[in-house]
Amino acid sequence: MSVAVEPVNGALIAAEALSVRLGGRRVVDNVSFAVGRGETVSLLGPKGAGKTTLLRALLGLLPAERGSVRRAPGLVVGYMPQRLAIEQILPLSVGRFLRLGRRAPRAKIAATLAEVGMVAALDQPLHTLSGGELQRVLLARALLRDPDLLILDEPAQQVDFQGQIEMFHLIGRLRGERGCGVLIVSHDLHLVMGATDRVLCLNGHICCSGRPETVSRHPEYLALFGPRAAEDLAVYQHSHGHAHGLAGEVLPLPTEGKSAVRDNSAAKGAD
Amino acid sequence: MFDDFLVRALLGGIGVAAIAGPLGCFVVWRRMAYFGDSLAHSALLGVALGVVLGIDLNIGIIATCVALAVVLLLLQNQRGLATDTLLGIMAHGALSLGLVTMSFVEALRLDLMSYLFGDILAVTERDLIWIYAGGAAVLALLALIWRPLLALTVHEELARAEGVRVGLVRVLFMLLIALTIALAMKIIGVLLITSLLIIPAATARRFARTPEQMAGLGALIGALAVVAGLFASLEWDTPSGPSVVVAALALFLVGVAATGLVAALRAGRRRVDSAAPER
Repeated sequence: MSVAVEPVNGALIAAEALSVRLGGRRVVDNVSFAVGRGETVSLLGPKGAGKTTLLRALLGLLPAERGSVRRAPGLVVGYMPQRLAIEQILPLSVGRFLRLGRRAPRAKIAATLAEVGMVAALDQPLHTLSGGELQRVLLARALLRDPDLLILDEPAQQVDFQGQIEMFHLIGRLRGERGCGVLIVSHDLHLVMGATDRVLCLNGHICCSGRPETVSRHPEYLALFGPRAAEDLAVYQHSHGHAHGLAGEVLPLPTEGKSAVRDNSAAKGAD
Repeated sequence: MFDDFLVRALLGGIGVAAIAGPLGCFVVWRRMAYFGDSLAHSALLGVALGVVLGIDLNIGIIATCVALAVVLLLLQNQRGLATDTLLGIMAHGALSLGLVTMSFVEALRLDLMSYLFGDILAVTERDLIWIYAGGAAVLALLALIWRPLLALTVHEELARAEGVRVGLVRVLFMLLIALTIALAMKIIGVLLITSLLIIPAATARRFARTPEQMAGLGALIGALAVVAGLFASLEWDTPSGPSVVVAALALFLVGVAATGLVAALRAGRRRVDSAAPER
């Protein structure tokens, strides 16, 4: 078993020189990083960069080829998978779906659904939900476990751009309210900008890491996503210093701290 | 007022339907209809082996089904052959192997039709003990793994991440299917067992709001089909197994028609409402 249950000085979960082989190919190569309590880390990379494989190894769903995954003792993880295909043949209400992850009284289920703005769907059949609603329900199932760490795989993939921004706002707000650590996988730096403390740029190995606005200027990032990515980002920042709520009202983005870029060699261990 | 053989047939049929209903729901939810069919086909090989080796036929069937399920599980992890191809090879391979083996045994050759299509009117007290004791065990074990099995049916990886022992639950579920096939074979025959798993479950879906309702309704609808099929078989001297399946099919079609009618009526009322002048 590659998942060692040992404390990692203050960190919730840490990958240490982790390599994962999938289908004869080394998909994750010598990756080291940690997520601390209350910290939001974004895992960024193009398709096929090994983001989901890395997540699955962290969750203990895939064995490590080399290196290890360390978890804080008694760590509760709330995992939100990329997508959920619900067959109409299975009669399952939203509330019942949540209870499959963890037994809880109805009041707690309703309260958790309220956190993601889906309380009205408590008794609705799961297969009638839209893509965006399903994502929120998946998030609620992760939250119901009262997690110390949320692991979210492309949490806003199935929704339109506005929906994506709302989802990242929601995640940012929940992190603030609950104080849990968050690890988000995304293929789009624009989306993770506001809500994240640290970005890890992954392409098999970790290319670069640091605060989002500095990673966006890092040569490795530009090599991976092309110079267009940085230009898009500048335009995006200029025109969207705010976001819109459901009623179209202007919402402030969370404030951004000072920048710090580190190279792969320095991106090891807990902060 | 009823003959003994009829009482035994009714008890046996209802017992099997009560097991097949809940288990059939999972077969439907997990898209395992073809898998169930393949295992059922292999049951004939189990009968043949049971006779040749001189062991209890039920033991022979269960052992063969479990062995085949394990082989399937192992082969599924290999790449190269799609699962439906694999199942097709296994289903027809095992069925033909069973038929060939049976042709060497005189007594079995005469009984072939009853193994293929069931002979509910020949149910013995010993069969009933098997069905009710085995059925109670199957349902108890299913109740025990119900929650984790449902969780991994909805999303296997999420269930694993949340601590469900997926491998164990899947193996237990396969064992339950193998047991059910062994118990149901006498009643409905190897070729038609899957229909008793699938048709009542599919019929129940239209009237169920929770997984448990669907399982209970499935058992009820299956029992209804058994009773109706049995009396039809008696009345018109039709083969019992196919008669039960025809009854199940009829119930399914009634369900389709009923829900279609309700939907049409609702749509009609909505049209009338919207056409009515505002006050």
